[in-house]
Amino acid sequence: MSATEEIPATPVLAQASPRSAMANWQRGALVLLGSAAALAPIFVLESFQLFQLTMAVIMALAVLGLNIVTGYNGQISLGHGAFYAVGAYATAILMSHGDWSFWATLPVSAAVCAGLGYAVGFPALRLGGLYLALTTFSLAVAVPQILKHRAIEDWTGGVQGLFLVKPDPPSWLPVDADQWMYLVALGVSAVLFLLSWNLIRSRVGRALMAIRDNPTAAEAMGMDIATLKTRAFAVSAMITGIAGSLGAVVIEFVAPDSFGFGVSISLFVGMVVGGVASIAGSIFGGLFVLFVPNIAEEVSKAAPGVIYGAILILFLFLLPDGFAGLLRRAAARWRRVAARNGDGP
Amino acid sequence: MNTTARRSLLAGAAGVLAAPRLAPAQESPGVTAGEIRIGSTNALSGPVSSYSVISRCLSAMFKRLNDEGGVNGRKVNFIVYDDGYQPPRTLEQTRRLVEQDRVAFLFNQLGTPTNSAIHRYVNQRKVPHLFLATGADKWSNPREYPWTMGWQPSYRIEAQIYAKHLLEQKPNARIALLYQNDDFGKDYIAGVRDVLGARFDSMVRAVSHEATDPTIDSQIVSLAATGADVLICGLTPRFAAQAIRRAHDIGWKPMLFMSNVSISGSVVMQPAGPEKGVGVITSDYRKDQSDPAWANDPGMEEWRGFMRRFVPDGELGDNNYTYAYGAGTTMIQVLRQCGNDLSRENVMRQAAGIAPLEIATLLPGVKVSTSPANFSPIRHMQLQRWDGKSWVRFGNVIEGAQV
Repeated sequence: MSATEEIPATPVLAQASPRSAMANWQRGALVLLGSAAALAPIFVLESFQLFQLTMAVIMALAVLGLNIVTGYNGQISLGHGAFYAVGAYATAILMSHGDWSFWATLPVSAAVCAGLGYAVGFPALRLGGLYLALTTFSLAVAVPQILKHRAIEDWTGGVQGLFLVKPDPPSWLPVDADQWMYLVALGVSAVLFLLSWNLIRSRVGRALMAIRDNPTAAEAMGMDIATLKTRAFAVSAMITGIAGSLGAVVIEFVAPDSFGFGVSISLFVGMVVGGVASIAGSIFGGLFVLFVPNIAEEVSKAAPGVIYGAILILFLFLLPDGFAGLLRRAAARWRRVAARNGDGP
Repeated sequence: MNTTARRSLLAGAAGVLAAPRLAPAQESPGVTAGEIRIGSTNALSGPVSSYSVISRCLSAMFKRLNDEGGVNGRKVNFIVYDDGYQPPRTLEQTRRLVEQDRVAFLFNQLGTPTNSAIHRYVNQRKVPHLFLATGADKWSNPREYPWTMGWQPSYRIEAQIYAKHLLEQKPNARIALLYQNDDFGKDYIAGVRDVLGARFDSMVRAVSHEATDPTIDSQIVSLAATGADVLICGLTPRFAAQAIRRAHDIGWKPMLFMSNVSISGSVVMQPAGPEKGVGVITSDYRKDQSDPAWANDPGMEEWRGFMRRFVPDGELGDNNYTYAYGAGTTMIQVLRQCGNDLSRENVMRQAAGIAPLEIATLLPGVKVSTSPANFSPIRHMQLQRWDGKSWVRFGNVIEGAQV
């Protein structure tokens, strides 16, 4: 398969100049279409479905965070649920004890999670592959119990958790609370997706991938592996933590039981199904994580887990390189066909 | 093709436009002339999915009801979604039930953290949130949460009952109270305080432990050193076994009350040592199906007949089934009381107006009853004592304190 994919490289190159002439307006149209598709649900969907979609956007953002460190930098993390939880609790504690506004808590939550991610990044330097996976997993297992600990119970609310109130929409905007939360989640996610997109295409992004693909060569080229790896962990934890903040305010409740290690596994599943090392794949990963368990339950109430597993295996079998891989292959085929016909669309 | 499509589309549009006038029942969400939709969530998957038999039993009870013609000609459509015991999913599934499936009300959702996550949502939306499958005390707060109601006696009521009994036996008791440091354990403090009032501080010495502690030996030793002659334990099973064994081993013989979630023979009494637990007191409101006293009991016969016909592969030893049968009976009673007015307001009014009701799987004398000021449907329990082999009921049914 891969051999046949290599062949049309030359025709594509031959077409390169007219294609890049089209690319600007194509890209513009794509952005417009994308924003329209992202905003349309506000007018089309009912509030419950909008709420689900809001959660899917938030999960997509959390998956994006994981993708930065695991997908692009090759450090396997099974513990991103912990950062999600810490972000959620940072926002919840500030909002319910300090009466902060939601927006003010975001930088704090981002900083706390980035700091925690940075700290986790150091042991990660000495641990590779499976050992790192297990170390981060232990973090995910430990966090719900730490949240219940007596020493911090006054802030975290212990097992009973904390309640918070989602921000009201601004009075000049004719939207209800659910629509507003969707816009908030969408806006914050869009900014972070854009920043990640830029980061990955920058010098740093290429360095991250080089370290993943061949650390020895990367080091020989003069890349500071330790700095890059720990910072990748920090950025990754920060993005997932911000997703946690959004999740807390949409659910309006945080409790240790909300952040079991299942969250970490879900994020990992979302990343693999969406496409490892793919920004767009993270979006699909978020949708998968939120909607597939519901589909599984519609099929069988007796054993939803079995159906979920079957769907997951089916996806991995049909889309071995994730949803993003499917998009890439479809785009390649489309270009090939266009090149063979000699006339682009 | 095209015309047909357009015609059916037009017909559909006309139908949609006409619908509000055709169906006056629309004012009560989830209710039509032939159906009433009721929603619930349970842990169908995940670590506590053993509780999913509760939903199975309830579904079977509604099936029996529908086979018999339903309530006032309406069939019950009971929709249960899986939340995996994760609070965010409980909120998601509850919103699906309320906003998408448009259920009339919610019934018997499982778990304390899960119900906490939707507590405010359902009260803001004014959706009845009835007979929850959790023993926390916070569900009976009609002033702040007038749409939420529990069912089983809360841990707080349990503690009130122990306190009432011990005051009768030992008016000048010195009480030691050992509790797990969470909302479960703290309900026991609240219950004892309800009964003792101002005397609490002089009579009670309370010590807590963390769920993460390896043992509670040191707590037992320090409580024994206070010279207390009563020990009330708000503990989960592993610590319950430790407490019973340790108290016996150091030669402390208080009147020992044990939380009724921690009285299983195989999980608590055997590990503690059956002979070391002789005399331990606990409480129950259900008939224990393994107790030969109920072999020919009409109520339990009714339940066994139901199980044979509607849940033929159900494990008869699982007391979640007797629990669910009680909760389901209560719900059906409320539906009957509602008559033809199944609006959310009336469902809540009827749920808060249950005249004392005997239930097949509950102990004689334990009655379900509610009022606008009392959102604790079951407030009675009977004490039972461990005789070295099994639990033996004694004394009369005791009611919790009026708070």
